[in-house]
Amino acid sequence: MKRRKFVKKAILSSMVAIIGYDIVFGAIMPEGYEPLALQGLDPYKIFKKDKGMVILNDKPWNIEAKAHLLDDKVTPNKYMFIRNNGLIPKNINATNWTLTIDGESVVQKKTYTLTELKSKFKQHTYQLTLECGGNGRNEFDPPAKGNQWTVGAVSCAKWTGIRLRDLLEDIGIKDNAIYIGYHAADTHLSQDPNKEPISRGAPVAKALQDETLLAFKMNGEDIPIVHGYPLRLIAGGWPASVSGKWINRISIRNKIHDGTKMKGTAYRVPCEPVAPGKKVNNEDMCIIESMPVKSLITYPKSGAMIKEGKKLNIRGHAWAGELEVCKMEYSIDFGSTWKKCSIEKPVNRLAWQHFYATINFPKKGYYEVWARATDTQGVSQPMILPGWNPKGYLNNACHRIAIKVT
Amino acid sequence: MEQQNQFRHYVKAIYRLLVILFIMVGMITISGVYLLVDPTLSAFKKEEFNSTYVRTIEEDEDKIENGVHLKTGLVEAKGLMEVINNCTNCHSSKLIIQNRMTTERWIETIRWMQETQNLWDLGTNEKIIVNYLVTNYPPKKKGRREILTNIEWYDLQD
Repeated sequence: MKRRKFVKKAILSSMVAIIGYDIVFGAIMPEGYEPLALQGLDPYKIFKKDKGMVILNDKPWNIEAKAHLLDDKVTPNKYMFIRNNGLIPKNINATNWTLTIDGESVVQKKTYTLTELKSKFKQHTYQLTLECGGNGRNEFDPPAKGNQWTVGAVSCAKWTGIRLRDLLEDIGIKDNAIYIGYHAADTHLSQDPNKEPISRGAPVAKALQDETLLAFKMNGEDIPIVHGYPLRLIAGGWPASVSGKWINRISIRNKIHDGTKMKGTAYRVPCEPVAPGKKVNNEDMCIIESMPVKSLITYPKSGAMIKEGKKLNIRGHAWAGELEVCKMEYSIDFGSTWKKCSIEKPVNRLAWQHFYATINFPKKGYYEVWARATDTQGVSQPMILPGWNPKGYLNNACHRIAIKVT
Repeated sequence: MEQQNQFRHYVKAIYRLLVILFIMVGMITISGVYLLVDPTLSAFKKEEFNSTYVRTIEEDEDKIENGVHLKTGLVEAKGLMEVINNCTNCHSSKLIIQNRMTTERWIETIRWMQETQNLWDLGTNEKIIVNYLVTNYPPKKKGRREILTNIEWYDLQD
């Protein structure tokens, strides 16, 4: 930490040294992305994030929350994780932003302006859970490649936009349509204009759900730039990479979309379970669709010390991809016994649910409170890690916090 | 009186000479010292400002403190410069530091970057880079679930 502060100070002081020359500096700044000096600028300020958020990567930007920061029922921007595959688009102009619908299975290619989209179609607002497919990756053994997310790559904000279904009905799609694939304005890390950092999508059935939106508002305001301003696809309950940011084109495909990060090990897991560390051939990998059942204790923060005889109130959220959570339990004896938490219904489909419990501890000592959710198909979170996969996706192992009774 | 006047005249002349001499010595000393500090006279050249700035940054770039390369946070060891020069152009060093892989998996990752991310052929540097990575960032055994660590204990109010 000291070292980082030192670097920051060094950069700041060199900025001070050239003060008065900042315009010259600005003029020679390459169009690309971030010169060294910019890296020293405070990402918390740039993205309006809380200081407690953790930066995993600064090129591309990947920032996650901690469990206790996600206590709000509706996730505010300051606690929303950032997952970028490429570089944030420059010079976004919402007034001349357009969305083109094309592909093999579109009746006729058409381009809409953002203004048209907003005025022509009915707007809907849903609270939708977006979890990165790689949330929890840091626990896998052997380690999996990529950003080492712990628990904080999940959010549930209110998204406002138009239904993708309404748009597809307006334009008309052919019977052979299987998949939709998005294209966006972000730049590949190599700055190669012929490469897309990410271009994923979903089967038509998911695209036609009520809750699948082309969103332009988050929590009632313009979507923050880093989260996809001015237009973002939102497909709650699926890996958040399906919810493409800075969308300017959607292709209606007659086959599974073959854009960047739809193939190889990206957002795919072995079709059949494999032993940890096994090499899996590309043809034996299957695309992740709905995310698994999961929960997070958001209060209290891990490490709480309470006096003997005091009760402990806990709370948090639970979600289950396309499904609902119907049972929520906690254990203070490492799974030997489980007690029920109360759990609320979701405000709408694909929104996370809130749970509460009051815990009595039998005597002084060190405890861990483990939380376990069960979905409507009777599937629960495992206490140990679920099946290993090459890229470390879908870790829905129980969350736990440390408590000391003194 | 005449002699006295002449004497005064001489004293004044000597005094003036001494003052001129003193000023000259002073100026030579000052410019000498200045030349020692700034032999290229860069302060008198406006154009030099940018390069002065760049030089400051370059100095920072390769600074090592406590065995860590300050700018990237990478461990100082054999292969550091090869890693910086080949691996931090597109992505942050933070991505390297987070990841723990074996030789086989690093090579696999390099091939993937070459096939899909425009990474160039690393030539003889490949061996040096992979060796640096597996030596300094080896995989850790975690098992099926690790114990909770780094717990920050605090008194819970209410």
